[in-house]
Amino acid sequence: MENGGLMHTLAFFLLSGITLAAAMGVVFKRNLVHSAFLLSVTFLGVAGLYMTLQAEFMAAVQALVYSGAVAVLVVIGVMLTHRQQMSRSNPPNKMLLVGALAALSVVGAIVWAILATPWKVGKGSVVTAGDIGRRFLTDFAPPFEAVALLLLAALIGAVVLFKGGKAQS
Amino acid sequence: MIGLSHYLLVGAALFGLGLFGLLTKRNLIAVLMSIELMLNSVNINLVAFSRFSATDAAAGQVFSLFIIAVAAAEVAVGLALAYAIYRGRDTVSVDEMNWLKW
Repeated sequence: MENGGLMHTLAFFLLSGITLAAAMGVVFKRNLVHSAFLLSVTFLGVAGLYMTLQAEFMAAVQALVYSGAVAVLVVIGVMLTHRQQMSRSNPPNKMLLVGALAALSVVGAIVWAILATPWKVGKGSVVTAGDIGRRFLTDFAPPFEAVALLLLAALIGAVVLFKGGKAQS
Repeated sequence: MIGLSHYLLVGAALFGLGLFGLLTKRNLIAVLMSIELMLNSVNINLVAFSRFSATDAAAGQVFSLFIIAVAAAEVAVGLALAYAIYRGRDTVSVDEMNWLKW
């Protein structure tokens, strides 16, 4: 999508509205199942924002990994651990005022920093999946391998934790 | 004209919502969801920087992909931990997970 056009502006506001509304649903809904499904909507909205940034590969990865895998994992986690009534499964704690104050002050600081910084906006360039792949296999190869190892370790750790360790005999 | 700061403001709002949820939620799985929201807001920022103002545009998206991989690992381990605690203590409320409290 060409940056600066009317369609681009409309798409940006529509997608960010969807994303933020769904995120508010995740945080404020009292039913954990509703939160989990709205989390998936949030991830899809962020994928749409990546599309408006002309990052097609990121959008595809976001839709696959977050909206596909992570959201499904969260839904399974909700299903496995629910006990009482689902309609009151996601209550807030007693820190509402403190939490709101902390979140608002952090957001205020970030917004102030964004508005006060004179950003040097360059012409910008579009990154293709090929560029990303080449970078992964050349100068980002060591962290790429480290992340592969991390994923393997996390997978094994998750399986061990889920199965529950038996006492060594 | 949508510029860099529009995307950064959306990222900031998403981060604030995630932080609020992280501080005020009672259910461990809801806390994990809030952390995912915060990680997503950081990814929006990185991709926006890579699109608008980076000298090395691909690096921003590479960082985002690393964050996505680490977030996937984090949520898998986090949910496994939540389930392990649920099995042992029969609760996923973070208010009741206080047995290391002084």
